[in-house]
Amino acid sequence: MATPVKDPLTGAETTGHVWDETLQEFNNPLPRWWLWTFYATIIFALVYWFTYPSWPIGSTYTKGFSSITYKTDAGETKTTHWNMRALLAQDMQTGEQALKQKAYLEKVSAASYEQIAQDPDMSAFVRSYGNGIFGDKCAACHQAGGQGVAGLFPTLVDDDWLWGGNVEQIHQTIVGGRNGYMPAFNTTLNPEQVDEVANYVLSLSGIEHNADAAAKGQKIFNGYAGGCYQCHTTAGKGLTSQGSANLTDKIWTVADTTAEETPAERLKLVKNVITNGIQRQMPVFGAKLSETEIKVLVAYLKQMSTTQQQ
Amino acid sequence: MLKHESIETNSGLLIVLTLVAIGIGGLVEIVPLHYIDSTIEDVKDPQTGVEMVRPYSPLELRGRDIYIREGCYTCHSQMIRPFRDEDLRYGHYSLAAESKYDHPFQWGSKRTGPDLARVGGKYSNAWHTQHLTAPRSVVPESIMPNYPWLMQTELDYSDVGARMAALKKVGVPYTLTKDEYAGWTDEKGQKHPGTVERFGEKVANTLDINRAEDNLLAQAKAGNYDGDPSSISEMDALVAYLQVLGTMVDFSKFDEDYFIQFR
Repeated sequence: MATPVKDPLTGAETTGHVWDETLQEFNNPLPRWWLWTFYATIIFALVYWFTYPSWPIGSTYTKGFSSITYKTDAGETKTTHWNMRALLAQDMQTGEQALKQKAYLEKVSAASYEQIAQDPDMSAFVRSYGNGIFGDKCAACHQAGGQGVAGLFPTLVDDDWLWGGNVEQIHQTIVGGRNGYMPAFNTTLNPEQVDEVANYVLSLSGIEHNADAAAKGQKIFNGYAGGCYQCHTTAGKGLTSQGSANLTDKIWTVADTTAEETPAERLKLVKNVITNGIQRQMPVFGAKLSETEIKVLVAYLKQMSTTQQQ
Repeated sequence: MLKHESIETNSGLLIVLTLVAIGIGGLVEIVPLHYIDSTIEDVKDPQTGVEMVRPYSPLELRGRDIYIREGCYTCHSQMIRPFRDEDLRYGHYSLAAESKYDHPFQWGSKRTGPDLARVGGKYSNAWHTQHLTAPRSVVPESIMPNYPWLMQTELDYSDVGARMAALKKVGVPYTLTKDEYAGWTDEKGQKHPGTVERFGEKVANTLDINRAEDNLLAQAKAGNYDGDPSSISEMDALVAYLQVLGTMVDFSKFDEDYFIQFR
């Protein structure tokens, strides 16, 4: 070590290092506050090592002295060394937020749908909790207000339900998903027949059409050639068991005729659907949501469709 | 005795000693990862003993390449952390085992868009196709760019076998030989299970590099992910990849407690 010396001009201490014959540097010690903070971080690290999992030793690691107690799914109480996974399990079971929601979730889980609708407290909970689930799981397709995207994803705020609108049916739709399928008729029907069937479909909901063609279309619709009646029924009202659309209620979920202005364009839209068929899929949410969450969601959807109609 | 002054005045020595000092820090952090296996979850079907996490099928693998090419990882993470809010929004936290066949992994660290670790099965194929082509047509507030070319570009799958072979070199259990597929016993009598035993026959068939192109075509035709059966587009591959993300482990078959013991 070089010996510290005093600089004769300033009287301040230098480090004693000398370069290029006369070049020296002052010994400026670190500020005390900085130095003490530095020592504090070292002490913090030591405390951390003993509290939490930290050092690798062979094929394992030090687990730390801190511990967490949680419940397994089987209901057993377990205590383990501190780790994020156990901490999450504990947080989901006994955390402040969890306990707040738990009381409501248990109440909703035990109540019938009528009771939920009539109880303002439960209704309010469903509105807020259901909104969170809907926003993340459903809104991407059905949109934030449940209005859907015309032609792509059905609206949930009218009283027309492809797969049925009672709570059991909505529940089943969420749990098991749905596969909407209509075959393409481009090989079964010739263009003229497609035109006739399309005119008949338009006539079912009282939209401007060619009456002669519609009369012929009705025969194809209800006959062997088209066989449309097998899913849509002879009255054109559809079957919720098949997810086949009601063609008489002026609600268009696939061919969005309301968006078109001329009769020719409306006809073209319907013809497109008949020619190309439909393949639509509602994903399965049974594995992504708990039974109670699904119940809240069903109640939320019922709330949403009835509120919009008032 | 090495003097402070002699290090400071000898830049060559200074460089060497600096590297040694930094090297110690790096080694302490990296080396244990190579031998502490107790943190990687053993995720086998409790009934059948079949491994749940499998390597990607050829089509999914090409989809993953497109995911990387388009830079999806710059805005989307694939890592659900064990926090209450993330659990409620995205689902079960990501397991280490779930990305063990990812080279490179897609954990990411930036969420401009949502996490995608469990996006599989959450939306329909039609939604993904529509959303990737024109995100704002289904999510009005989205700031994601449009990717219209995915639908128009035919998928190049001519080198999918080579891509699988490259991943095999870094430890992904794709198979080339019958032994790797069906398992073998070495001269010491040690048994090495094949992919059939580890993943089941159906999955093992998709891991066979020799059948990569056929498998890719079969999956793309059966899945028709982009809704256009006339050709196999990049959209088919990307949607196939997105639809498998986070779906391999069936968490309903495990007590939550099982995964805690790996930490």
